Amino acid sequence: MKYRSVFDIIGPVMVGPSSSHTAGALRIGRMARQLLGREPKWAKIYLYGSFADTYKGHGTDVAITGGLLDFDTFDTRMGDSMKIASEKGIDIEFFEESAKTDHPNTAKIRIGDDEEDIELVGISIGGGKAEITELNGFDLRLSGHHPAILVMHNDRFGAIASVTQILAKYEINIGHMEVSRREQGQDALMVIETDQNIDPEIVTQLEKEEHIMQVVKVSD
Amino acid sequence: MFKNVRELVELAENENIPISEVMIRQEMEVTEKSRDKVMGQMEENLSVMEKSVDDGLKGVESRSGLTGGDAVLIQDYMKNAEPLSGHLLLDAVSKAVATNEVNAAMGIICATPTAGSAGCVPGTLFAVKEKLNPTREDMIRYLFTSGAFGQVIANNASISGAAGGCQAEVGSAAGMASAAIVEMAGGTPQQSAEAMAITLKNMLGLVCDPVAGLVEVPCVKRNAMGASNAIVSADMALAGVTSRIPCDEVIEAMFRIGQRMPSAYKETAQGGLAATPTGRAIEQQIYGTSLQKE
Repeated sequence: MKYRSVFDIIGPVMVGPSSSHTAGALRIGRMARQLLGREPKWAKIYLYGSFADTYKGHGTDVAITGGLLDFDTFDTRMGDSMKIASEKGIDIEFFEESAKTDHPNTAKIRIGDDEEDIELVGISIGGGKAEITELNGFDLRLSGHHPAILVMHNDRFGAIASVTQILAKYEINIGHMEVSRREQGQDALMVIETDQNIDPEIVTQLEKEEHIMQVVKVSD
Repeated sequence: MFKNVRELVELAENENIPISEVMIRQEMEVTEKSRDKVMGQMEENLSVMEKSVDDGLKGVESRSGLTGGDAVLIQDYMKNAEPLSGHLLLDAVSKAVATNEVNAAMGIICATPTAGSAGCVPGTLFAVKEKLNPTREDMIRYLFTSGAFGQVIANNASISGAAGGCQAEVGSAAGMASAAIVEMAGGTPQQSAEAMAITLKNMLGLVCDPVAGLVEVPCVKRNAMGASNAIVSADMALAGVTSRIPCDEVIEAMFRIGQRMPSAYKETAQGGLAATPTGRAIEQQIYGTSLQKE
């Protein structure tokens, strides 16, 4: 079930005016920042469906920018996020797209700096809830409502077992897990949502494993 | 977890507990948090709602200038005249409007279940409060009962205007509120379900057609109507009136209507009030261009 907590329904506490186009949009931006692991230097944001039609009125652009700045949904600086981003020298561009998407409130975000960039697709599903459905070409489902790690790995036997063994050692319980790959034997991605927060020490240890390329932590 | 309203009501009846208690216990189980923590978090949301209503009753104005000040007008009218629809009903209306005026002005609100429909639950709560004198805990429970019904709708249909039209937002919010009013007034879990069914039936088909794409016109006044609908339906259920179509089937009908609703009526500013001559003129004023696509 998509909505598990009563606070998905009675909540979030947020700056208006729209839970899907403001709060949910902010959460997509914030997850993008978390997945990059730091503040981006630039962002290209492509809006689809109802996002593209009405973003100006709902402040969707302002909200996604607020998310990239790591604001919370109730942060009253949100109204000034564009100004704050520009003062920090972050270059942000918005594009209205006309392509049809599965979900009416969809945004594709490319963010990065001199070292790295990522591309993801996020959807705002209502009531302020958002999910990431695609990351760097991999299909996934990430709600941002649980602590999670994303593990880039080589598509080899034993890679998944090595990760789950380490999590078991630290008594981390997995609530949801999925694996996707673009081609057999190439790069693959594990998405693991957990009940407990994951210490940086565990991330370091995971990255030492054979076949593991990169581990990104997303906090609750 | 309860999957539908029938299971929710059965859980309450079998354990002889109110709907709010079913929701509290489930929340503790799902999130592994203590009762104090769960109740405390909901009290924080209650406090946010109180503040939104207070702010709105002092008078606010949105950036576009389209909304703000109506909550004050209604309260002043109530002081100087005997409202035809009754004091409690109009009090709920003014408080629902107050919340959504604050939302439109980019103030802080608690989404219930969404921001655009945030007025119905607190509007009715703070009006019914004047009559029933609930404890603080009763008020917190009101929100859990609302949340329980909202969760069923969210998981079986939709609470998003872009996905299901306004029936999914204000319709859901009003239904949630009516179920909670029944519990606060001492009705049974089944009566809560009847109230929700009656409310939602009267919201079916409602389109999401915000002028200039802003959560202002008609959203603020739709919350006023949602709040009044909730109170009237709650009274009907408390009187013993039942819905011929069971609550879960009404929710299913709402979902199907939403799926077949043209996208022009799902938060795209392409149809309904948004596409009226005045709606288009307002867009021109705000953006200097029209949002019209065809």
